[in-house]
Amino acid sequence: MAMDLKEIEALIKEALPDAKVEIQDLAGDGNHYSATVTSREFLGKSKIEQHKIVYNSLKGKMGNELHALAIKTKE
Amino acid sequence: MDQQVKDLINNEITNNEVCLFMKGTPDAPQCGFSMAISNMLKILEVTYKGVNVLENQSLREGIKEFSDWPTIPQLYIKNEFVGGCDIVKEMYENGELKKILENKQIKFKK
Repeated sequence: MAMDLKEIEALIKEALPDAKVEIQDLAGDGNHYSATVTSREFLGKSKIEQHKIVYNSLKGKMGNELHALAIKTKE
Repeated sequence: MDQQVKDLINNEITNNEVCLFMKGTPDAPQCGFSMAISNMLKILEVTYKGVNVLENQSLREGIKEFSDWPTIPQLYIKNEFVGGCDIVKEMYENGELKKILENKQIKFKK
């Protein structure tokens, strides 16, 4: 099952209200995305913690409905 | 998580200084993200153990719980989870990966 770009953006923004989210559908198949997330919440956190925040915002969809989401986080 | 799986993971990351949980093998990766980390380690001439999670379904699920990380590949250096494909790629590009290898006294091509 594929996921809609808007749905991904909404989930991330729900967890990180201040976030600037840029998402690209890499293959045009609704299954391979790349997201750049910029948020003040990331300040002082390790990359692993930052990516975990994004993964958690997707509520378990990562690795299931969503096969591939390349993540880049910025403070 | 199954104790057997937990022991298996602990053994792999303890006995191999650089351990990559991946889909496929270093010689024949089955996923682009696994291939990407594999290639970076090869370019740096790092000796690493590739653990193919496709051969073991309980390991494939277990490693996600073990690292609290939802995707594969996952790179461990000296017992420590370093990251998945995006993080390792970023660290490779900005030189941090070399720093970690150096700090952990892993041999690589400088």
